[in-house]
Amino acid sequence: MTKADLIDHVCERVGGFSKKEAAEIVESLFEIMKSTLERGENIKLSGFGNFEVRDKKPRSGRNPRTHERILIEARRVLVFKPSNLLKGAMNKHRDRYRAAIEARAAAAGILLPGRVPGGESDQGGGV
Amino acid sequence: MKKSELIAELARVADIPKRRAAAVVRTVLESMKDALVRGEGIEIRGFGTMTVRHYEAYEGRNPRTNEPVHVPPKRLPYFKPGKELRERIQKGKGVPTQRNAHPSRPSPGRRRSPPDETEDAI
Repeated sequence: MTKADLIDHVCERVGGFSKKEAAEIVESLFEIMKSTLERGENIKLSGFGNFEVRDKKPRSGRNPRTHERILIEARRVLVFKPSNLLKGAMNKHRDRYRAAIEARAAAAGILLPGRVPGGESDQGGGV
Repeated sequence: MKKSELIAELARVADIPKRRAAAVVRTVLESMKDALVRGEGIEIRGFGTMTVRHYEAYEGRNPRTNEPVHVPPKRLPYFKPGKELRERIQKGKGVPTQRNAHPSRPSPGRRRSPPDETEDAI
């Protein structure tokens, strides 16, 4: 999927914009996000995920080819933390599949590794 | 910045009603989510790319109770900032990040400094 697809979707689903207008709006949206992150400010999009700016301390590393020690300078990186909702949506099928296996295992009296009878959700920690 | 602030800012910059800006943001995020659910990557020139990564099952531990837990295989999105964004993020290095700007407000749920993230640690 590319920006052009997003522009098409905005055109079709929001409606009332020309292709050119939709393109400018989508462009503005990403520009706002970029300048926010540039200021060192995080972006939290509920239901989707968070973009977080992190400062990294300098550390020494090695050139993997020559094994030479080199200094990796302090830098700033951007990480994306997907929300539980997004993670859940991406693994829905897995969950359904897993539930079926568990039900069959329970019926047969087999305890799956690490599972407490009664079960628990397998979604990871907080966002 | 949260979603409502992003919508307000988009309405202001693009000079459109907030309701329309909200619909645009919702549509963009939904399309991106749908692509990831389909297992499809996303490429936004200048911003970055999202790819779907597959992780094998592993035996983990509940850090609180030390109980072993089985972590089933999963798919997660991985975001790699594009060249422009990466450079702009670096340029802003002098300015404190949000985390450092509010030292009185510790980041939730994280008391020790995290290990250097490798891609797999996400």
